[in-house]
Amino acid sequence: MKLRRSMLFLPGANAAMLSTAFVFKPDSIMFDLEDAVSLREKDAARLLVFHALQNPVYRDIETVVRINPLNTPFGLADLEAVVRAGVDIVRLPKTDSAADVHELEAEVERIEKACGREVGSTKLMAAIESASGVVNALSIATSSQRMIGIALAGFDYVMDMQTERGDGTELFYARCAVLHAARVAGIDAFDVVYSDVNDEEGFLKEVELIKKLGFNGKSLINPRQIELLHNAYAPTEEDVDYAHRVVAAAEKAEREGLGVVALNGKMIDAPIVNHAKRVLQKAQASGVRK
Amino acid sequence: MNQQLQATLASEPGLKGLEPFSHFAQHNPYLKDPAEKASRKVVASLEEAIRRAGLTNGMTISFHHAFREGDKTINNVVQVLADMGFRNLTLASSSLLNCNAPLIEHIKNGVIGKIYTSGMRGKLAEAISNGLMEHPVQIHSHGGRVKLIQSGELKIDVAFLGVSACDEFGNANGVSGKSRCGALGYAKVDAHFARKVVLLTEELVEFPNTPASISQDQVDYIVKVDQVGDPSKISVGAARVTSNPRELLIARYAADVIEHGGYFRDGFSLQTGSGASSTAATRFLEQRMRRKNIKASFALGGITGGIVDLFRKGLIGTLVDTQSFDADAAESLRESPRHIEISTNEYANPGSKAAYCDRVDVVILSALEIDLDFNVNVITGSDGVMRGASGGHCDVAAAANLSIIVAPLIRSRIPTVVKHVTTVVTPGECVGVLVTDHGIAVNPRRPEVAERLKAAGLPVFSIEELYARCQAITGEPAPIEFLDKIVGVIRYRDGSVIDVVRQVKP
Amino acid sequence: MKIIKEALAGTLESSDLLVKVTPLPEDRVDVVIQSEVMHQFGEQIRQVVLATLQQLGLISGQVVIEDKGALDCAIRARVQAAILRGAAVDQLDWSKLS
Repeated sequence: MKLRRSMLFLPGANAAMLSTAFVFKPDSIMFDLEDAVSLREKDAARLLVFHALQNPVYRDIETVVRINPLNTPFGLADLEAVVRAGVDIVRLPKTDSAADVHELEAEVERIEKACGREVGSTKLMAAIESASGVVNALSIATSSQRMIGIALAGFDYVMDMQTERGDGTELFYARCAVLHAARVAGIDAFDVVYSDVNDEEGFLKEVELIKKLGFNGKSLINPRQIELLHNAYAPTEEDVDYAHRVVAAAEKAEREGLGVVALNGKMIDAPIVNHAKRVLQKAQASGVRK
Repeated sequence: MNQQLQATLASEPGLKGLEPFSHFAQHNPYLKDPAEKASRKVVASLEEAIRRAGLTNGMTISFHHAFREGDKTINNVVQVLADMGFRNLTLASSSLLNCNAPLIEHIKNGVIGKIYTSGMRGKLAEAISNGLMEHPVQIHSHGGRVKLIQSGELKIDVAFLGVSACDEFGNANGVSGKSRCGALGYAKVDAHFARKVVLLTEELVEFPNTPASISQDQVDYIVKVDQVGDPSKISVGAARVTSNPRELLIARYAADVIEHGGYFRDGFSLQTGSGASSTAATRFLEQRMRRKNIKASFALGGITGGIVDLFRKGLIGTLVDTQSFDADAAESLRESPRHIEISTNEYANPGSKAAYCDRVDVVILSALEIDLDFNVNVITGSDGVMRGASGGHCDVAAAANLSIIVAPLIRSRIPTVVKHVTTVVTPGECVGVLVTDHGIAVNPRRPEVAERLKAAGLPVFSIEELYARCQAITGEPAPIEFLDKIVGVIRYRDGSVIDVVRQVKP
Repeated sequence: MKIIKEALAGTLESSDLLVKVTPLPEDRVDVVIQSEVMHQFGEQIRQVVLATLQQLGLISGQVVIEDKGALDCAIRARVQAAILRGAAVDQLDWSKLS
């Protein structure tokens, strides 16, 4: 179970950030070749990301690249570069339907075979940025074995819906739809970026909301948001104590060959044990909540 | 009566040579003139003050650097001295910065022959590193400067001290007038020890000007000038506030080290040095202090807005200030009775009867380089060129219970952790913990600290591991080539020599 | 591969480099390197640049580099970007760029 709370966006054309960003230890790092890169710099950014991905400093961290859409002159070249460079996950922007994923998957497989990379080792995720994407969320989420998650991208979506970013009401349906699709597919769900890096209070409020809804995490645009997010997702000391007791009871039951796990006379079923394991994983990753 | 008294003084063997009284103003003629009585120290020009102070070729002049990059006094005074034809002076400024590049000309022309300073930056530092001066620069710490003065090695003939305001008698401080720099910790020492003291002031204010950081009985001459310094430039460069995520990450780790290092208890004391990460660490301390219901008894040093913020929130009892790093600090010093001003003698002189640094629990300091023995270099870049200042680094590192060094592991391609530092300023035996953006290393001399930090789940590595990581990312730097000529002498705080800096090979 | 038009890649920001390529009338490769970290890393930078040029098979052009302390991976990327722009190459053989 890979923990994916924080996905840090890095502009693909920025050499300095590519040389240092791994120190911030987000759960995943996403190099952006799409919106953060101007048309004139697409080729240079692609090369920078191609070489950064092969740098040993990124070996211990999950790498994601947001490529340009395949219907642009850049998308396929981006894909050639990053699949060969060993990226963990390709993020497809502006995904409207399962067909978009199928088209991507075919190209990925072709490149994997051409460069000798194990077929299937390149994972995919889709960003949902339109009304049709939201409506098709379930078929997108279940479109490929390679899919590890879907992400809601708020900016284009609210334009498509003829509204604007506000208190979250405008994203309410989209968030729920994307999240349900991800859960049905058994993959991760990521919430939108919060763009005002200086508004910590507003950021934490939004994090609290999406955590309650059930999102795995959030896309982030500034490294300063990582610690805030991880801490908000960290379990409390009581959560950790209880989780320890649940896991211990489950292990004891297994040792003793009992089919039923009980704690303090109450029966505990498998989802509770799994939840307890996730709690301990988060505590392991960033301690208890402060 | 007078004749009789004269006869008595002449005839009594025990009274021979004593002067008989003549009239009340015999030795203080200004008392006869009410206008002269009030303003006798105020002279019309800097030139006149220099003449009356008796400055001659080969003497030592001194300055303070409280305005840092905004200083308007040092360059101007030296220019006047050059115009007056002075030669071969020893310049003893408490420090020198980028803004002092015009001194290069005066060194070339022989106006300045020797320099004592805490540090150097920019073009001046580059020129001196490349062999500009015949005599090496003596680089001292803030505490060590007072020690050199006390020991007699550094004898200040005339101190030129820029202040925002003083009265006609010379009562001066850095919290009145327009260009307020805040604490005058360096100037207080020079005012005390210099043979002659010339104040350059922007304003003459009503008598008595209080509080008197520099007191009337220390001041010889007062010159009114247009500007002594620009306080808005105090906090540029080393004393700036950061929003850089990497510096903030280091600052957060530093706050973690303070929290878990073993000294975080009610009544603890702290100092944060200059440098972005060091300054920024304070902003991460607040919630940690609140969470554990801990208040600091005092904060020492260069005081920053971040420290003032904690003080105003009641989390620090007293601010003990030898240099104010920004306008917030200067303002707090002006208005808060629990924000006190101290001289660098009280701050960190190892020869002082008592130095505040001896009471510090935890200090955060910067580094240009740190080596596998934890020796720290804050003077030379890894190209061998001087570009920093000793400051209070070795003073507080020696005295504090736990010294925390903060630095990015790599600056562009320059590794911070090296096999041997280019120049030793603070010996490794005084360093407890190194905090970088890649992780934390604890000096093996402090195993108990390492245990505490590991137990708290912090990313603790050995310094060798951090060194290996540097090498893997940047490659191994080629050694810098030096010529034989010594361009700088690094004086330890007790006056001994801890290292020398040689001229870089062009 | 030959440089057929002037081209730039990169920036002068810290940890980056600016690479400028210019055509030369004959088959000759000229490399000029300036770096903030020349003393410590000049030789390493030269090695990386030369290896990158060789990998691309450059036979004609001037390459001028102004380095601001970039890591090797950024140097490779910027040199490749400038050469490919200056040689007007569209179709890339990615296996030659690693």
